[in-house]
Amino acid sequence: MADTASTTDAKRGGKDAPPREPILKLVAKQGILIAFVLFMIGFALANSRFLDPENIMGVIRSSAILGVMALGVTFVVISGNLDLSVGSMMSFSTIVVLDLHDKIGPALAIPAMFALTLCLGAFIGFLVGYLKLNSLIVTLGMLSAIHGLTLTWSGGQNMDIADKSGTWFSVFGQGEMLGIPVPILLFALLAATLGVVLARTPFGRKVYAVGGNGTAATFSGIRRARVVFLCYLVSAFCVACAGLIQASRSLGSQNTVGQGMELEVLAAVILGGASLLGGSGAIYKTVIGVLILGFIQNGLLLIGLQFYAQYVVTWIIIILAVWLDIGAKRGRFLSPIA
Amino acid sequence: MTAAALRLENIVKTFPGVRALDGVSFDVRPGEVHALMGENGAGKSTLMKVLGGIHQPNEGTIHVGERPVVMQTPQDAKALGIMFIHQELSLATELSVAENIYLGALPTRGFGRVDRARLHADTQRILDKLRVSFGPGTKVGDLSIANQQMVEIARALTVDPVAVIFDEPTASLTDAEKVVLFDVIADLKAQGVGIIYISHRMEEIFRITDRISVLRDGQYRGTLDTAETDEDEVTQLMIGRALDLSRNTSHHQLGDVALEVQGLSCGRLYEDISFAVRRGEVVGFYGLVGAGRTEIAETLFGLREPSKGRILLDGSEVRLGSPADAIAHGISLVPEDRKGQGLVLGMNCRDNMTLPQVSDLASGMLTAEGAETDIFARYHESLDIRTPSWRQTVGNLSGGNQQKIVIGKWLAMKPKVLIVDEPTRGIDVGSKAEIHNLIRGLAADGYAVIVISSEMPEVLHVSDRIVAMFSGRITRTFSSEEVTEDALVQAISGLSEKPAA
Repeated sequence: MADTASTTDAKRGGKDAPPREPILKLVAKQGILIAFVLFMIGFALANSRFLDPENIMGVIRSSAILGVMALGVTFVVISGNLDLSVGSMMSFSTIVVLDLHDKIGPALAIPAMFALTLCLGAFIGFLVGYLKLNSLIVTLGMLSAIHGLTLTWSGGQNMDIADKSGTWFSVFGQGEMLGIPVPILLFALLAATLGVVLARTPFGRKVYAVGGNGTAATFSGIRRARVVFLCYLVSAFCVACAGLIQASRSLGSQNTVGQGMELEVLAAVILGGASLLGGSGAIYKTVIGVLILGFIQNGLLLIGLQFYAQYVVTWIIIILAVWLDIGAKRGRFLSPIA
Repeated sequence: MTAAALRLENIVKTFPGVRALDGVSFDVRPGEVHALMGENGAGKSTLMKVLGGIHQPNEGTIHVGERPVVMQTPQDAKALGIMFIHQELSLATELSVAENIYLGALPTRGFGRVDRARLHADTQRILDKLRVSFGPGTKVGDLSIANQQMVEIARALTVDPVAVIFDEPTASLTDAEKVVLFDVIADLKAQGVGIIYISHRMEEIFRITDRISVLRDGQYRGTLDTAETDEDEVTQLMIGRALDLSRNTSHHQLGDVALEVQGLSCGRLYEDISFAVRRGEVVGFYGLVGAGRTEIAETLFGLREPSKGRILLDGSEVRLGSPADAIAHGISLVPEDRKGQGLVLGMNCRDNMTLPQVSDLASGMLTAEGAETDIFARYHESLDIRTPSWRQTVGNLSGGNQQKIVIGKWLAMKPKVLIVDEPTRGIDVGSKAEIHNLIRGLAADGYAVIVISSEMPEVLHVSDRIVAMFSGRITRTFSSEEVTEDALVQAISGLSEKPAA
């Protein structure tokens, strides 16, 4: 009984009744942004190098790969599903494109790698969308399965391009255009395109509908399975782009280059304010989430925190940010009832 | 006069910008069934949350017996003997009846082990009081909705309640199940418990309550003795005007047959269903819950595969494999469960309304925001949807306005056939009348409309013809001139198995 009451109560607090104080209202709307600004001020006070243009560019650049992956996962999360396979899939893309680079040349290796990665995405999309299997189970399983696939492909060896100085392939990870690093340009271009797809196309609208209320989407004639399927294709496409940047940047790679990134990606998407229950979130919010994560990790390094401690601190920050966000939306930070 | 079981004095509860409760006072006597009525948004839910210790009132006092009390948490309310039977059941379906009843207070013996013998004995004692047919060990998920509700009631009886509050308890019960519920309420009453009974259904209110208190816009409008009042007086108190409950007499020029169904069957859900709907006609489907009406609607909307029979639209047979197919053929369904099936609550009004046609409207790759806003503006006006802007999140609207969004969504598709399943479930009296007029207006505009309803006044009020169903079969079809309430009740309870006229 108490449960039903408290849920409806939370709904009321969040919607009917505006939060009590103006400040709370501001926090409710822009909680994540405010937290971001506070962190930035803190780090800037702690270390003057933090706001250096060079440092800022460096952070964005090193966030680009994570960011590109997070764009795709945003689609999956808004549709009400999870994708925990992206880290493992990114390792696969990287290894495959590096291997094929020397075998069939970069011009063929890139489309071949995209095709193979999209096949993986299509397979996941088929299982989750059409067979309606639980996305957590499917993508957790795929995390492991794709890792096995990568190791089989590489024979367990690191993959390196033979002639590292003589290939135009390095442009995606190392090149610059108009003084801006290509990875940042790719990230920006993808973010802009996918931002429009999500916010301004019928497909984007359907993604929100399917994640917000799948049954109502079906009752509106939306083919739910197809929408979910397409979300996983978008995610795989983004992973392929991330793999391309990663491979091009280092021109050599371990089998485990993307290991653990699935959680960082998910953290960025949630930091941006997407609900794990589906139906809410946006590309621009995910970009903010990615940048917050990037700047916090950079700031922690600059104030001299040991690298390994970052894993813990990053987690704490995510929890804090989410709590702040949800608390402000509810109009209170401690729930008296379960 | 004996002390009231529960007495509220001048309760005020404000949320920023809203006076949700504005000086509400009433009392419930021991052994009294006291109805609390009011339209959606009148403040009933807020009042219940105040009584349940979820909200604290800004002003006013609550007395239990002679004693003024302050309730900070739901546990406080329970400790004082104020118990709730909620509309939405909150039971753990995988656990047994006994475990559910004593959840959180299971009797234990050494090392935290559950004392099953005592648990079952205690539970059996309560179940005996309720005269139910199931035992303490039954898994709750195996019980019917009505029996699950009995489990909720049993939970309220684990303490000696001072007051029990029933919130729309009959919403999903059949008539037979209601009778059992009313018996239980009578028993509680005889034991001297004060009962608050919240319901929209007048018939029940007049059948079982002693007094009726009415709220409107957060204000207490008065208390009436049930024996000395009638539906009109209560309705007027609730909405401030009289209500039209007459039967449909207006008839429109009927056009061609838009939809024809021949010998449609679907397993044991319904069998051998044949009927036709013409343009300009409203056909009402009336029957008990479980008679197969919703299943027919689902089949016509491509959600269910029929095992036999044909569906003809404008004279040619169609196969409907999915809602997308049905929509493409010009069939629209306003579903029974507004929040679960009709709306994406987190989405704004406009996007909800244009969802079925978002791809059709699109210009090139992009959504046609302008065209979508125009569609919303048209139905915002013609259906009189009360919301400041299309940007408003649908979840923030009242039930009646939400229902109008769903109706607008399907009218905007310009359907050949519009199916409306339980058009006014959970909607307040004032909005009901508006939606009934709306449905009549649709017929006048030449739509072929099917209305499925469990409320007799509703079916009488909107239909040109009434199809009565019992247990998966059509028992009789009435024209609005020949129908009588008695004949209708007989037809839907399987008393007279006359063939369809």
